[in-house]
Amino acid sequence: MSRKPKLYYFNGRGKMESIRWLLAAAGVEFEEEFLETREQYEKLLQGGSLLFQQVPMVEIDGMRMVQTRAILCYIAAKYNLYGKDLKERALIDMYVGGTDDLMGFIMMFPFLSAEDKEKQCAVIVQKATSRYFPAYEKVLKDHGQDFLVGSNFSWADVHLLEAILMVEEKKSDVLSGFPQLQAFKARISSIPTIKKFLEPGSQRKPVPDDKYVETVRRVLRMYYDLKAN
Amino acid sequence: MSGKPKLHYFNGRGRMEPIRWLLAAAGVEFEESFLEKKDDLLKLQKDGSLLFQQVPMVEIDGMKMVQTRAIANYIAAKYNLYGKDLKERALIDMYVEGMFDLNEQLMSYGYQPADKKEQHFANMMDKATNRYFPVFEKVLKDHGQDFLVGNQFSRADVQLLEIILMAEECKPDILAKFPLLQSFKARISNIPTIKKFLQPGSQRKHPVREEEVPKVIGIFY
Repeated sequence: MSRKPKLYYFNGRGKMESIRWLLAAAGVEFEEEFLETREQYEKLLQGGSLLFQQVPMVEIDGMRMVQTRAILCYIAAKYNLYGKDLKERALIDMYVGGTDDLMGFIMMFPFLSAEDKEKQCAVIVQKATSRYFPAYEKVLKDHGQDFLVGSNFSWADVHLLEAILMVEEKKSDVLSGFPQLQAFKARISSIPTIKKFLEPGSQRKPVPDDKYVETVRRVLRMYYDLKAN
Repeated sequence: MSGKPKLHYFNGRGRMEPIRWLLAAAGVEFEESFLEKKDDLLKLQKDGSLLFQQVPMVEIDGMKMVQTRAIANYIAAKYNLYGKDLKERALIDMYVEGMFDLNEQLMSYGYQPADKKEQHFANMMDKATNRYFPVFEKVLKDHGQDFLVGNQFSRADVQLLEIILMAEECKPDILAKFPLLQSFKARISNIPTIKKFLQPGSQRKHPVREEEVPKVIGIFY
């Protein structure tokens, strides 16, 4: 059995993408098993691999971890991306909470009707530019450092870069009022492990398409009728 | 200025309740500042006190913390309710995240419009009895210990008791098929700090009443 973490999810972003980003940022190689059929999912369920009957699930260090946040916290702590003390951890948790909320608006996007997609796009851009980006812009401006927390690269930086790129996919000039975030984006993208992850051929997943939506619905038998926020 | 943590929220459970439980379990006294109307929220937003313009917000140790999980993580770690190592923390996080998911459903039930209430109720009872409670019953059965993780009282135990009680408010016999959760409930309820929190007059909040809903909605929307 391989020692590498093994990720169980669909062949697409969803809730697993932040985990892929973090492992990649930490320079950790990982394997993936993609759910394509209902039978695969039922097999996982029957095998007792999914604590709450849900994916993401990650086999790591002898555990079958579920719950995205639990998995991310474990990886961050293990690979020293979680600050050096309780207070830095508190800041990282706060910042990650914000980017998580922002990416939550984007995550449901592919499942919406065409009309709701238009509404949701406006919501995403509005939330990004009036609530979230200003907060991070101010953090960077106030301390003038390269990274969000404690002058060290952390999970918060990875998560924010991920969120920025996702919002830019919806509106390419969304960072135009945010010079600090523009510089941050360039800086973090240049970190060797991140740079590698951003290159074609990496395990980063593309923007979800109809095929992805159809696979999720087929496998989980859910999410047929999502409405915009 | 008092050294006690100060909680900013409306006078109800919502997303702040798990934090009240955790502080109480840790034996930490805290103050509360209640939002009564929209202006109270606007004032906090204008002050720059709310990182993402949202509550819960807790003033603690010189920080104005927001984001429920961040606050709960900080309190749990500070007061040694977060396990002794990374692996125990991982288990606690997995269990607590599951509980958060169920808590979202329990907490939002009172705010559902009349035509959605029945389905919401059925769904949350189904999740409680078929997804979440069986997991925790099995955890307790498998290791036979008093607490969920590492043979030691942790935030996972606090949070589980909280959701058991909330679920019982909806369906009093919901633990009928879960004998170990029944004894867990009795055991954890007897811990002195918890026992105190369960008594009338504590800072524990009641479930939202129908007549209170418009006021709460008026603060946030």
